[in-house]
Amino acid sequence: MRLGLVIDLDTCVGCHACATACKQWNTSSITAPLTDYDPYGKEPSGVWFNRIRHYEIGDYPNNKTINFPMSCMHCENAECVTVCPTGASYKRPEDGIVLVDQDKCMGCNYCSWACPYGARELDRESGTMKKCTLCVDRIYDEALPPEDRQPACVLACPAHARLFGDLDDPESVTSRAVRERGGYALMPELNYSPTNHYLPPRTRPSIPTSDLPRGSLARKVREWVNRVVER
Amino acid sequence: MNPSLAVIFLTLFSGAGFGLMAMVAVVNDFAIDGALSPLRTAILVALALLLVTMGMVSSTAHLANPKNAWRAFTRWRTSWLAREGVFAVLFYPLAIAYLGWVFFTNSDRDNVALLLGNVTALVGLVTIFCQGMIYACLRTIRQWHTPLVPANFYALGLALGMTVLSTSRLLAHRHDLAMASIACSLLVAAAVMKAIYYFWIGAPSGTTLQTATGFTRGRVRLLDQGHTFGTFLTHEFSNCISPGRALRFKVAVYVLGFLAPIAILLAAAHAGIGFAVLFAPVLAFVGIGLERYLFFVEAQHVVNLYHGRMPGPLPQMHPALRAGAENTARAGKRRLVPSYEER
Ligand code: SF4
Ligand code: SF4
Ligand code: SF4
Repeated sequence: MRLGLVIDLDTCVGCHACATACKQWNTSSITAPLTDYDPYGKEPSGVWFNRIRHYEIGDYPNNKTINFPMSCMHCENAECVTVCPTGASYKRPEDGIVLVDQDKCMGCNYCSWACPYGARELDRESGTMKKCTLCVDRIYDEALPPEDRQPACVLACPAHARLFGDLDDPESVTSRAVRERGGYALMPELNYSPTNHYLPPRTRPSIPTSDLPRGSLARKVREWVNRVVER
Repeated sequence: MNPSLAVIFLTLFSGAGFGLMAMVAVVNDFAIDGALSPLRTAILVALALLLVTMGMVSSTAHLANPKNAWRAFTRWRTSWLAREGVFAVLFYPLAIAYLGWVFFTNSDRDNVALLLGNVTALVGLVTIFCQGMIYACLRTIRQWHTPLVPANFYALGLALGMTVLSTSRLLAHRHDLAMASIACSLLVAAAVMKAIYYFWIGAPSGTTLQTATGFTRGRVRLLDQGHTFGTFLTHEFSNCISPGRALRFKVAVYVLGFLAPIAILLAAAHAGIGFAVLFAPVLAFVGIGLERYLFFVEAQHVVNLYHGRMPGPLPQMHPALRAGAENTARAGKRRLVPSYEER
């Protein structure tokens, strides 16, 4: 089994709901707490397992905004585990989830150097490394109804841009999405074989505007002024 | 990368200590210039132990949770950091045994002393190798992922060690040309090796924001990094240095770390300058300490790409963000997150 996430860059609206839900769930979960530093001050910072960045792809007028959530990719070839000297970082053989044993970590930061995806963050208060747990304490929880046995970020996403499943099972929702939508992994050249995949934006024909009525003379003047005058 | 003093001192002092031990063994093996006296051997081995200890102690300062440091030896099968720990710890009993044997038998030329000295030196050299591999094995940092890194650690460690050894002889014997010439050759070799490294990391290559996001057919620019203030990632990885500043540092590395010690050793060996010869190791440590600072601050982790920074020494950001970023770079050091030491 190789559990992981598939993230749909076509529908992600960049609302940070997944990151907030992740923080909410995990701050009282197995590697809790996710410490905040100066949360209400001028320089708020803290530990997060999931971060969303925003990019502009292409050049105007053929550009597009892409919202890009990133959490641990639960790599097949997880160098973060290889380099850990204490054995605190480990990859579970049964489902491929990469975890940090908080009782063994000595806070040397070495694993965060080895992670290309910025998935690991040191908690200064506890002095230990923390990272996405794939909500290991939700997905196997028999007390939850089966439809809730999914990571908090997946359940929270209002755009259904996050899929959770077994990437080893060719018929899982995640594997099918990767197959049908051309899902890809990040930085394949580094050879970490991430489990998480990303679905590229769909290409849609652009909506034609040439057949729209041209409008009044005043509007044409306004458009012309808008084009000529720089703000 | 964050140039934390703990790691700079670790690699600088322990590298010099292991290098010194190795050169003591070499000088005694081949009885270069009549070999070292037992007393001098003992003093130099004690000095090597002191240097290694200074490095090891300062390295624990960068652990956020040092109470678990004893576990750091457990994963020696996969982790170079664990291997470094194992060999560094193995170095102590061997070096102390050698020191004790030489001191109490007052002989560093018998078979037991030679055997102990060489085994100790070998363990030290293996530790330098592990230390270099800690950095060289990281595919995430282009400037470190090169065989030149362990090679440089060797060259610099041996050169520093031999500078210390030669200084100790020059303090006693005025015309000690043999040791000084070996020290100068090692310093020149180390300087050349470092030049190859600086040349090698100069050209940007490899991963870009395009491959990092998978959008390889167009330009990709950062619009927003998603946080208003710094994060662990920006604190740990976003340090950089402008090309001009880096060049000035490199000049200082070559002048203080290599040229000055060579000049002082030559002057001391030919003319005798008394205690002023002590400036040779002191300047070498300062210069190579600067080299170690550059080694960290020039290294750019691939995660910086996601924060909109392209390969190369200076951040290349979305125009809207560039002004602020350049000011930060010029001001030098403002930390994005309050430093971990200020806890
Ligand atoms: S994303 Fe980073 S932390 Fe997660 S498994 Fe891969 S290398 Fe390790
Ligand atoms: S910070 Fe903790 S988990 Fe990471 S390498 Fe060090 S000991 Fe291992
Ligand atoms: S799987 Fe869980 S821990 Fe990982 S990013 Fe989602 S909510 Fe956070």
